[in-house]
Amino acid sequence: MSDVVEKTLTALPSLLSLDSQPGSAKLSTNSKLGNLIRGITELTSKHEEEKLIQRELLSIKEQVSSPNTTMRQMKELMVRTIYCEMLGYQASFSYIHAIKLAQQGNVLEKRVGYLAVSLFLDESHELLLLLVNTVLKDLQSTNLIEVCMALTVVSQMFPKDMIPAILPLVEEKLSHSKEIIRRKAVLALYKFYLIAPNQVQHIHNKFRKALCDKDPGVMSASLHIYLQLIQENPEGYKDLTVSFVTILKQVVAGKLPMDFNYHCVPAPWLQIHLLRILSLLGKNDQSTSEIMYEILDESLRRAEMNHNITYAILYECVKCIYTIHPKSDLLEKAAKCIGNFVLSSRINLKYLGLKALTYVVQQDPKLVLQHQMTIIECLDHPDLIIKRETLELLFRITNAQNVTVIVEKMLDFLRVSKDDHTTIDLVGKVAELAEKYATDNEWFIETMNTVFSVGGDMMQPDIPNSFLKLLLDGFDSVEEDRKLRLFAVNSYISLLQGEPSRLPQRFLQVISWVLGEYSHLNGDLEPDVVLRLLAKLLDMKSSSSETKSWVLMAMTKLCSGGAALSVAREVSETYGSSMDTMLRQRAQELQHLSQDSQLQTRVLPQSSSQEAVEVDSSLSFLDWFVSEALAAGAAPYKPPHQRQEEMSRSKALSLEPYGLSLPISMSSCSVADRQSPTLLSMSSGLSGDSTELSHKGSSTTLKLDGVKRVWGREGYLAQREPEEEAAQVETPAPLQSPSQQGDKDSSHSQAPTPTQTPESEQEKQQLASSLFVGLASQSSASLMGKSEQTSQRFRRKARSPDKSLSSSEQLTNPLGSPSSGADNLLLDCSISSELVSAPEQTHLQSLDLTAANSACDAPDGDTKGRKTLSRDDSVSAADVTPHEDPDRPKDLRLASYLPAELSGLSGLPHSEITLVCSNQSLDLSACHVQKDDSLEFVVFIKNSSDTSVHQVQVQVSCEELEVSCVCDSPAEELKSHSVTVCQYRLTVKRPSVYFELAGVVHYQLPAGSLQTEQFSHKLPLKSFIRPLAVSTEDYGTMWLAFSHDTKQNLPLLSDEQEPLTATLNVLKKKLQLHVVEIIGKEGIVACCLRPDQPCLLHCREHAGMLAVWLRSPVPDLPDCLLYHCQRALRER
Amino acid sequence: MIKFVLMVNQQGQTRLSRYYEPVELSRRAALEAAAVRCCLSRNKDQCSFVEYKDFRLVYRQYAALYVVMGVTHSENELSIYELIQNFVEVLDKYFSRVSELDIMFNLDSVHVILDEMIQNGHIVETNKSRVLAPLTAINKMVDG
Repeated sequence: MSDVVEKTLTALPSLLSLDSQPGSAKLSTNSKLGNLIRGITELTSKHEEEKLIQRELLSIKEQVSSPNTTMRQMKELMVRTIYCEMLGYQASFSYIHAIKLAQQGNVLEKRVGYLAVSLFLDESHELLLLLVNTVLKDLQSTNLIEVCMALTVVSQMFPKDMIPAILPLVEEKLSHSKEIIRRKAVLALYKFYLIAPNQVQHIHNKFRKALCDKDPGVMSASLHIYLQLIQENPEGYKDLTVSFVTILKQVVAGKLPMDFNYHCVPAPWLQIHLLRILSLLGKNDQSTSEIMYEILDESLRRAEMNHNITYAILYECVKCIYTIHPKSDLLEKAAKCIGNFVLSSRINLKYLGLKALTYVVQQDPKLVLQHQMTIIECLDHPDLIIKRETLELLFRITNAQNVTVIVEKMLDFLRVSKDDHTTIDLVGKVAELAEKYATDNEWFIETMNTVFSVGGDMMQPDIPNSFLKLLLDGFDSVEEDRKLRLFAVNSYISLLQGEPSRLPQRFLQVISWVLGEYSHLNGDLEPDVVLRLLAKLLDMKSSSSETKSWVLMAMTKLCSGGAALSVAREVSETYGSSMDTMLRQRAQELQHLSQDSQLQTRVLPQSSSQEAVEVDSSLSFLDWFVSEALAAGAAPYKPPHQRQEEMSRSKALSLEPYGLSLPISMSSCSVADRQSPTLLSMSSGLSGDSTELSHKGSSTTLKLDGVKRVWGREGYLAQREPEEEAAQVETPAPLQSPSQQGDKDSSHSQAPTPTQTPESEQEKQQLASSLFVGLASQSSASLMGKSEQTSQRFRRKARSPDKSLSSSEQLTNPLGSPSSGADNLLLDCSISSELVSAPEQTHLQSLDLTAANSACDAPDGDTKGRKTLSRDDSVSAADVTPHEDPDRPKDLRLASYLPAELSGLSGLPHSEITLVCSNQSLDLSACHVQKDDSLEFVVFIKNSSDTSVHQVQVQVSCEELEVSCVCDSPAEELKSHSVTVCQYRLTVKRPSVYFELAGVVHYQLPAGSLQTEQFSHKLPLKSFIRPLAVSTEDYGTMWLAFSHDTKQNLPLLSDEQEPLTATLNVLKKKLQLHVVEIIGKEGIVACCLRPDQPCLLHCREHAGMLAVWLRSPVPDLPDCLLYHCQRALRER
Repeated sequence: MIKFVLMVNQQGQTRLSRYYEPVELSRRAALEAAAVRCCLSRNKDQCSFVEYKDFRLVYRQYAALYVVMGVTHSENELSIYELIQNFVEVLDKYFSRVSELDIMFNLDSVHVILDEMIQNGHIVETNKSRVLAPLTAINKMVDG
């Protein structure tokens, strides 16, 4: 620390009399700014501050708009406004004046104007547009200072759309003679790259020139761009490795001018920057890594001076060494370095050492063993951040043997921690470890109990979800399942017998569900006892109505016979008239089901909870609703994670604890689009009645943001594998006894605190042996031919292969939120309507979770408009598609009536022929055939009566389509059981997600009466999409010419080897899009409806998503196409 | 990445604040107060880094004045710690013995200096003479 600064600042209080201040010398004591500052320093309360600033703002407002105010005064006014805003009082009236000051002032005033603008406005503020002209003028100024200021403000903020206006000027500055101008120009380009990467793509070679600039300042500015570029695409910049290494060599060797030194260390931040770039380049790349070994070694050696900044460099160096392809002697040196950090008495270094250790522990778990005693000390460190970092480290080394101790330590910390963010984070980690490595049922359930009680209602909703899923899905052994569930039931019963009012709502919900599902496992437990305990929860004031819903649902499952009935009746009477409609509905369900035991066993069969329930997760039955809404101009749906992402893209500092801002049911899962968040979608291998019904693999899998997924279908542990392998290769270290370990430690750490009593030392050693036991024994276990996985207790049951083929089973949100009305839609199980008769009842009788968990026997009554959602497994395939059977044979027969140019011989496939309308005399069926330039729509009219009909005429129309008749064949007479065909050519007038064709058929019966029959047929936009073969150049020109665009993130098939290519291939296959070119992480795709209705897609792989940007000259086309892309990817 | 830079005195009064990610004006006061509380509650033997929400605070005390920077987890805290020192040394050079009142009366200059050193949350210049060059040039033009 600089002593000078220290001294000066210590002397401060005595200098508070303003007159003696050198800084205030220029200001007259009664200047307005002086007064304000004096006022601020004399403030004693928030109230005074408010009064002072309000007064100040009034006075500023008055002066700022006065025409007599000079620029010099304006500058002072702006500084005063900066003060007001700094204290949190908005002064938006002054923003425009800040821009004016930047426009009109002299250099100093201009600088303040620019400064005020950059402080007041955020990057999306519309006033920023007014700055463009000023910037433009200043960039062309002959005064270098003005150019400098303009470049500075541009590199801080600039409206994205105006970049082209100044880009040439900024580019020109790259070859300016002054280094400062070149440097600032590079930084401005970096800013452009950040906000609009496409706009600066053409100047990548100029970045290279900047990297090779003779001035070190310009070179280091260009590193910002390269760090960003390399992060996004390390492959593209491998050739620069040598350059970066050379630069670092020169810096380390002290070749830079002296003024780059900081405390005698040459350009330390530049070194750190370079090391970060190198680690990105060397990651998983042996040949590139080899280039940098020498300089890394050199850096380690040079940075031996005892100063913080050299330690900062060392830390970066160590991180780099552990990131790139390993080299043993470097690793050794790096490990020694970490050791020095960890053992240092300086707390900042210790922290950094722990952080480094946490980072490297994945590659080298043995390193932790060397420092175990230090780690144990850090666990009890008075400084919370050290403790926290240590827990983070322990979290990474947890295995089946040490899990109990580590989890205990974490829970200890949780009990004292008051910070919400820490609690949420740690609770998640404990839950993850408990699931992963649970040693026995008792421990697991008890740990989870603590998690639920401590985590309370703050924790991520995934935790209870996956806990319940674990209980529900079970493991390989039925007996184990039973034991675990039974233990949970017993544990919860005793909790409820205690003081349930102290438990968080989320926990109570879990308890209710488990008791509802599994309390029958405990034979000694009478249902009415459980019911009474649950009823107690209902009476508690603290219970939320959501919890009450859960309780009522649990009761519904339990009420059968005897004493239970009376409890049920009592409860349903109380809540049957509740003001809360949801509670009232649950109460009604409870009442009806408890009275009708037959119905109850049918809806809630106890034994079948293991059976899968098929749920239409794509909600295709709502497509009509969606397409109507879209056609009516509604914005396409964005899934919550995307909305969140867009919000976070606005780069706001998050001041909220995570995840709480969203309703529970939504934040827990990133289900693609219109899927139900509450859905329990364990679909079976049954195929639905259309392709749209079956939902598909990865796009529907649960993404647990931030929390690692613990259970895969094959069990767990993908990310630990490398470590295990490493452990197996190593020569096995014998399991050490505590005392041996102690010896080993003291040799490493020189017995940390000699003053300690032998007992506490021994305690620590015991703790050490229990904490690090797994690490030492891991290898010995492998020696015995036992893989670590065998110690895993909860291994999820493997599903039968036939099921896993068709779709992934998952429980998106077993808890759901019963209070959200939309959820009930999903589980519409068509319970007969007499079940619920409450007047406010919607037409959807929901059974919610209960019904979904057990197989629900849905009478398939409502097949006309909507399809029934959940079906019992036992419903045979034929039942699933009740109206398909009569169609099938017709399809074959009718196909032969296809016009010759469309029939099978022409090679054009026709869609399934479906019955669109039928009465006693006519059967109308329809299909479409995709031709290159249009869609042919064919209507088959079959006379199904025994007499012939006359004057058959068909008219087809659609608002969004152009319908031209190809062959109408208005048959004079249609004989009995004969078929006639009408053919129409359809082209798109106005894009829509679905096109509803309306048709009318007129005919005359032999009796002479004229009959009319209406029909309709739905066509997806998909059928009209044709590939558009264009070259990349044409694509480029077209792209710029199109005006209608849409951007959205779509799911990426990230489980594939090349996610982008795989995803685009799916789109190509499903939607017939033409993939123009794929470059790196970007791909361009084109399609059209008609040659004059093209649509271009620009796809970029970004943060695990596919960022798609669609452009077209046709309004609405991008939105509609996007909808189909989403579906195609989801249904892959 | 650096999220914000604060200069706060022991009474918790903000003397300078610069955000590199947009934070609503109304939220800033609360954030600053919480950050100061975090730092004030610590003694000299404790770590100069504090966990706060989802980021870390790196702070350094100069007499009654604290300089606090909020950084992401991926940042190298020690290098930020030294960056603060570098920043104060630059101020010291410019004001030839900087004090809290220098900062208050020359808030605009301090901002200009900071803008030379940190942009968009990244360290862009640490060379003292280069950091000060634009500002001294402006002053020369105005004086002369």
